Amino acid sequence: MAAEGELLEVAMGPQHPSTHGVFRMDVVLDGERVVKLKPVFGYLHRNHEKIAESTTYLGSMPYTDRLDYFCSLTNNWAYALAVEKLAGLQVPERAEYIRVITAELTRLQNHCCLIGFLLQDMGALGTPLMYAFREREKILDLFEALTGARMMCNYMRFGGCRVDLPEGWVQEAKQVADEFPRFLDEFERLLRENEILMARTQGIGTLPKELAVNAGVTGPMLRASGVNYDIRKVDRYGIYDRFDLKVPLGDHGDVFDRYMIRVLEMRESVKILQRALNDLPPGPIIDPKAKLRGFRPKPGEAYGRIEAPKGELGFYLISGGSPNPYRYRVRPPSLINLTILEDMCLGQLVADAVIILGSVDIVLGEVDR
Amino acid sequence: MLPTLEQIKMRLEAAVRGARVEIIPNDSPSGQRSLLADREHAFAVAKFLRADPELRLDYCSNATGVDWPEMEIPEKIKVKQTVAGVEKEVEQIRKTRRPGFLEVVYHLYAMEKKHGPVILRVRTENRADRVQVPSLTPIWRSCEFQEREIYDLYGITFDGHPDLRRILMWDGFQDHPMRKDYAAPDDYEYEPTPHDEVLERAKRHYSKRGAAGIE
Repeated sequence: MAAEGELLEVAMGPQHPSTHGVFRMDVVLDGERVVKLKPVFGYLHRNHEKIAESTTYLGSMPYTDRLDYFCSLTNNWAYALAVEKLAGLQVPERAEYIRVITAELTRLQNHCCLIGFLLQDMGALGTPLMYAFREREKILDLFEALTGARMMCNYMRFGGCRVDLPEGWVQEAKQVADEFPRFLDEFERLLRENEILMARTQGIGTLPKELAVNAGVTGPMLRASGVNYDIRKVDRYGIYDRFDLKVPLGDHGDVFDRYMIRVLEMRESVKILQRALNDLPPGPIIDPKAKLRGFRPKPGEAYGRIEAPKGELGFYLISGGSPNPYRYRVRPPSLINLTILEDMCLGQLVADAVIILGSVDIVLGEVDR
Repeated sequence: MLPTLEQIKMRLEAAVRGARVEIIPNDSPSGQRSLLADREHAFAVAKFLRADPELRLDYCSNATGVDWPEMEIPEKIKVKQTVAGVEKEVEQIRKTRRPGFLEVVYHLYAMEKKHGPVILRVRTENRADRVQVPSLTPIWRSCEFQEREIYDLYGITFDGHPDLRRILMWDGFQDHPMRKDYAAPDDYEYEPTPHDEVLERAKRHYSKRGAAGIE
């Protein structure tokens, strides 16, 4: 035990359940207060970018599934979007609708899992997480019916999607979307008025607006700090200009805000989902000009980005005119959101550092690439 | 609205004394052209881009490295030649050597004004010993981990970075794996019982042990 006034160094992770994967926080503690925290990464590093530079453009599509393995469909979309910008491909309307539907379903399952994990970190062992996973399961069943895989979907193609929706899928998806608010109500009743949850999350890990912008924090975490920046609304990529999208904003930027923002975002996603499923037009699902084999974009470069559930997911590609990209770069939201982890944790209790990390929402497959 | 790159370039050259800014074209349908700033003034240029009231690029979304090894660029030129007393235009291929360099690319957006991207590039002098560029982390905190990653994978040194260490590879690692001329280490050891070809490779491996970053 450390004596009075002595500092204690603790390596939290890489095999620590609170770190959501193989991630390490080197924490220096004064009693129970954090005085220094250095995140350490690289345990899952496989140099995804190098692998992608030595394979064809399409060949790295399945690899993008493995970045943020919770949200393979949004990863696919971000990559497809960047390549479409690079090659100038047009996506047919039906494919755009399918992309929105799958992306919003992905957002739903990511956020509800995250909340489950966050509560687990707070000590609500098992039950809330299982409730969240029960809902996630329904969405994963939809993904399986559509793409053949529950998590590694590999579904989008440059200029469209791989396969059309199977028969009856829209009905099932509608049912899932309609039933989802009931789960949210139930979850909120369980937790929102829970005193322990309030005490553990309010005023913890506050992230000021200016710092959030300067540190390039994106996604729900940025909006919890009160910055109105949702790429679905700023860039209006795909067909997001057709949906009336409200962007929920937080006031304090603490863990509670980050938790509530995700609940509110799920409600918005359900609305988008219902609209998109109703308006889904018939038609082709892939640009007839898109080439699957022998795909060689003209020399040049492009940066495409989307609002993934965790933040801004961007792909930066440089083409040298050959079948594989000269430069392939993933802008990982999880890694960049961790930049200010130390700032948020300083002066907090070590038990709260766990919750703060949980509220950032990281997936190590994306942090380490 | 975001001013055009030409306007930004003019304003930059007026505001930052001595800055040499060049517009890099982009022929792909994305049309995202970029600004190339010289090393000495890159920090001042970035500071201006962030502070200028019309641009206010307060958000650096993406920072990444690109490796451009030395290469020969073939170019077709027409030369007048006298062949058997008649003057003729003959096509010749002239090769120009472009020295190698490393490049850092920043994608800048404005969160409040909601415009972007403005793409800023900074190049190192060469790929071997003069690989310093100024760090933009004091301007945008979001570059902190990304510049560490570029340092790790490309070997570009950022002057003024608060904590420049390897981030993804381990500390004892020697090389920079994202460079185009990086040779992956011999992975003979994945064979549990080396024999024949693999055994030969294992022997060769042992003879130059330590060469490819393996201790």
